[in-house]
Amino acid sequence: MLQQIINGLTLGAVYTLVALSFSMVMGILGVLNLAIADLFMIGGFLGLSAVIAGQPVWLAIPLGMVGAAVLAVIVERVAYRPLRDAPVIMPLLSTIGFSIILQNVALNVWGSDPLQVPNELFDRRFALGPASIGAVQIAVLAVSVVLVAGLAFVVQKTWLGWGLRAVAENWNVARLLGVPATVVVSAAFVLSGLLAGAAGVLIGLHYSAITPFVGADIGLKAIAVMVVGGVNRIWGVLLAGPLMGVVEVMTIVYGGSALREMVVYGLMILVLLVRPQGLLGGSAPSEGQRV
Amino acid sequence: VSTYVAGLLAEIGISLLGGLSVYIVLSTGQLSLGNAAFMAVGAYLCAVLTVVAKLPLTLALLIAAAASGIIGVAVAFPALRLRGIYLAMATLGFGEMTRSFFLNFELTGGANGFHGMRPVSTLYIWSWAAGILLLVVLIERSRLWLELRAVNDDETAAGLVGLNATRIKVGAFGFSAAVAGIGGGLLAHHRLYIEPADFSFEKSVELVLMVILGGSTVAPGALVGAGLVTALPEFLRFLVEWRFAGFGALLILVLLFRRQGILDRSVLRLFARRKSS
Repeated sequence: MLQQIINGLTLGAVYTLVALSFSMVMGILGVLNLAIADLFMIGGFLGLSAVIAGQPVWLAIPLGMVGAAVLAVIVERVAYRPLRDAPVIMPLLSTIGFSIILQNVALNVWGSDPLQVPNELFDRRFALGPASIGAVQIAVLAVSVVLVAGLAFVVQKTWLGWGLRAVAENWNVARLLGVPATVVVSAAFVLSGLLAGAAGVLIGLHYSAITPFVGADIGLKAIAVMVVGGVNRIWGVLLAGPLMGVVEVMTIVYGGSALREMVVYGLMILVLLVRPQGLLGGSAPSEGQRV
Repeated sequence: VSTYVAGLLAEIGISLLGGLSVYIVLSTGQLSLGNAAFMAVGAYLCAVLTVVAKLPLTLALLIAAAASGIIGVAVAFPALRLRGIYLAMATLGFGEMTRSFFLNFELTGGANGFHGMRPVSTLYIWSWAAGILLLVVLIERSRLWLELRAVNDDETAAGLVGLNATRIKVGAFGFSAAVAGIGGGLLAHHRLYIEPADFSFEKSVELVLMVILGGSTVAPGALVGAGLVTALPEFLRFLVEWRFAGFGALLILVLLFRRQGILDRSVLRLFARRKSS
């Protein structure tokens, strides 16, 4: 039981990062960037390729982050900025276009077989009462905590964070008050790309492998995590991520692995219908601080 | 007609039905990212009816369409509370849940898939596809479609002039699901083997892609889109590995420069004028 909770929290940490990546864009701009699922995948491939090429693991994570962030900026320039004033469905569709391209590129560059890293690199485990925790799991949890803390610092304490929150409240008023809105929007995409890329490398290290389909599998489920946490309250994800990770692992153990989509998406639809503001949202969906 | 061309035409006909199902809901301003789920319901139900219950195919298709339509209406009622992106996310979740259901449902083979169907002719597939395309085109010329567009353009205003927006949106969802169900049933009897992976999120995205590329303001747009997405890779064999990247890029280009898709009213009028002169 304790073992399942540890495994669930590790998966949940990755969910938290990807869901934060989704809600950085969704919470601030009200746009669902579906390409994030595949930025996450590409980040993982870049990181694992570096590890296989003999680079140290601590370098793989920033590499995946930067790669995904660069792609996120391209997505912003090509797929979001020209469609900013279009109905919200339009940028959603154009980011699907990017998602299709990225998945196709990964398939042709790395092939459809999983890209594997030798797992003797980190197969040390530490006893923890009746359970044990792997060195990779510790790394995943630690890196996630550091990244979330870093994001919280940027959003709450820096000039950029004030800009993000101003744009989230009202695009036009923010610009009238001198916030360079386009720069701030690009920064939101960069932050979201950094998070997605890091999460990709972490999931790759955790499973010692990555495939081009991990975006459509784990990446999309992070949307469900974002919704459960509350779309307009990005910090709700900090509760929803670990919760959904543990719920999913418990489902796999006690109900069979094929049931997990049922449970994860079922929870998402339930929250959308009965509590659209998410678990941590206030009494009304439109009140309170969003970011 | 060679078997190769006949097979390709059959695929286009089935894709057309899937595309039309997306087109119908999109016309009310609702984006569904889960229409492959309705195809799955139609495919599995229709296949079980012909293989296990030994019903004739046409009857089985009608039952599958009705069942799929009822599920569509059942999904539409809670979905009324959701708009735009939230509806897209909910339909995405519904699609993945349906796929997961068939993955677990041992009576239809679970992950092993289901087979035993008898093949159908391309002509039979196209009589359904053309018939439903004609039906949608006819509806487009009726008052009902004006009401549908009104709900799409401004739901509040449509309600103020006395239109029942709820009935129109739910009806569109049900009709869309029924059309997808027929497409699924035909798919099962064309491919002769179905598995849950045939109805994944990628399939739902492909259906949306057809409508957006082909033209999202007129029903024949789905025909252009279905032909493009299904047949173009066959002619560009050298590009076969990159075809999805090509379609992704095409999707972005269309959204940026020609939001209504390849076919729209003015192109259709051009064709009509050439024919009459």
